[in-house]
Amino acid sequence: MLVDNSFIQNLSLLGSRGTFGLALKDIEPRREDLRVVVADVKTSAKLVDFEKQAPSKLINVGIAEQNMIGIAAGLAHEGYTVFTSTFAPFASMRCFEMLRTQLGYMNLNVKIAGLLSGVTGGLFGNTHYGLEDIAILRTIPNMTVLSPADCLETYKAVLAASEIKGPVYIRLTGDRGTPALYKEDFEYEIGKANILAQGNDVAIIGTGTILSEAMRALRGLKKYDISATVVDMHTIKPLDTTTLDQLFATHKLIVTLEEHTVVGGLGSAVAEYKATKINVPPQMILGIQDSFPKAASTAFILNQNGLSAPRIAERIVQKYQELF
Amino acid sequence: MQDLARHSQNIRRKIIETAGTRFSAHFGGSLSSVDVLSALFGKIMNISAEKATDPNRDRFILSKGHCALGLYAALNEFGFISDEDLSTFDKDAGSFPTHCVQSCEKGIEISSGSLGLGLSMAVGIALALKAKKSSAKVYVLCGNGEANEGIFWEAVMFAGVSELNNLILILDNNKMQNDGFSKEVMDIKNWDERLKAFGWNICNVDGHNLEALINQLKTPSAKEPLAIIASTVKGKGVTFMENNPEWHHNKLSPEQYEKALSEVSKTGE
Repeated sequence: MLVDNSFIQNLSLLGSRGTFGLALKDIEPRREDLRVVVADVKTSAKLVDFEKQAPSKLINVGIAEQNMIGIAAGLAHEGYTVFTSTFAPFASMRCFEMLRTQLGYMNLNVKIAGLLSGVTGGLFGNTHYGLEDIAILRTIPNMTVLSPADCLETYKAVLAASEIKGPVYIRLTGDRGTPALYKEDFEYEIGKANILAQGNDVAIIGTGTILSEAMRALRGLKKYDISATVVDMHTIKPLDTTTLDQLFATHKLIVTLEEHTVVGGLGSAVAEYKATKINVPPQMILGIQDSFPKAASTAFILNQNGLSAPRIAERIVQKYQELF
Repeated sequence: MQDLARHSQNIRRKIIETAGTRFSAHFGGSLSSVDVLSALFGKIMNISAEKATDPNRDRFILSKGHCALGLYAALNEFGFISDEDLSTFDKDAGSFPTHCVQSCEKGIEISSGSLGLGLSMAVGIALALKAKKSSAKVYVLCGNGEANEGIFWEAVMFAGVSELNNLILILDNNKMQNDGFSKEVMDIKNWDERLKAFGWNICNVDGHNLEALINQLKTPSAKEPLAIIASTVKGKGVTFMENNPEWHHNKLSPEQYEKALSEVSKTGE
């Protein structure tokens, strides 16, 4: 795979779902063991070209997400590497028990791509938001939880997930035109966070496409002489505690950022780990407030929840000045 | 058939002995499944302890995980698990708890106990075997109670549409469930029509008539998945347990233990 500027731009135009479909189509010819099971989202998950290329490898179960996971579990039991997909709220909540009791408990080789997670669904409203998937999925033993920050990382996450044994949840946020945070090829390793910007005072640890807001918030912070590190915590489980230890030792304030409820997500995962340490910095947990937002565009909801670049900068400055 | 009848008798005895008076156990549903288990493991399925993980083995999926004790007793009877294994039933941190935990080398294909999930996974296994052009079949044992679950019908729908003729569902229709008689909980009478409407081939059989069970299990399905609706008696073989809601999950007193053991040890019907 040649990762150059045009490849990166092309993925960005495709968006996370298109990238997911393309990545599977690209690995299909060399993976006889690959099967894709979808719950009536062949078009939404951009798998039409995949199906044209390998019709026997795509199984559509209709709008029956629980059965999608059950069938995937059966295929994995017989040695297949299975990717499944539906919209994030259904992938995580409708079939939670199957994810836990079939995929987690039996440690089966099934991957779940949760489409349209966070508030990507915009005016579709709360039935279609994925605000709880990180919280839900990370409770399952054996489950790996990935949340890519842009399309190139999504592509790499799909490939990496296909190469490890065991269940993996891939949380897809962002739509077409998602900004590319990685402008050139980079090392992607499950469980190893990447530093997107290096600073000294504040460490912003984010996950998903909302990291582009963090990058844009840097300028606002600089105006107040606050220098920030931005970390792409693309793997929420297993959590990269080595990187966390380094950040705790070298920064004065930890900020977690996610397009997810403030309950149980990345912020909680970091706080759970940090709670076991002494002499560590305080933490701000930035995410969607514990309420059902009124249906609105993604940008509107992010701004309303203080998650747009200017509001992120403003909130961090306020906290920083209050503390130091 | 006499051999199979003896196997059934042994399995029933092992169920009683293994639970003893120490544990509350799912006697009712375990005892109703015994003859189906004898027919499958003793005659129908291409599987043995020596080839428990052979890719060409027939697969047995226990969806009604509540009858794990019945399965353990059957697996012991057919040489998959040792007497020592069986004696660890419901021991702390053992491998043979109330609901089964996957252990393919011991004949336990899946972890079950959460009701309704087995058929869906069996469908995935049947699809996989077809893709691999294997002639192995998938036998899945479901309870009538767990067929209240939505995912059961999702799996029924998919299997019918996909013409999975390597899939055989045996419905242990003991007409009872946790809260008592199914007719008072969820009164599903017309299993035939419901399953037929989803594209299944159906047959009804007395689930304690080994000869009839064997005949139906041996009849191949042309293209449809096959559902064998086995009419059974919950608690079969122990008179005070038969059709008695109290014995869905209960503990034997020493007197009851002696009576149960003597009844299941009697030869002949």
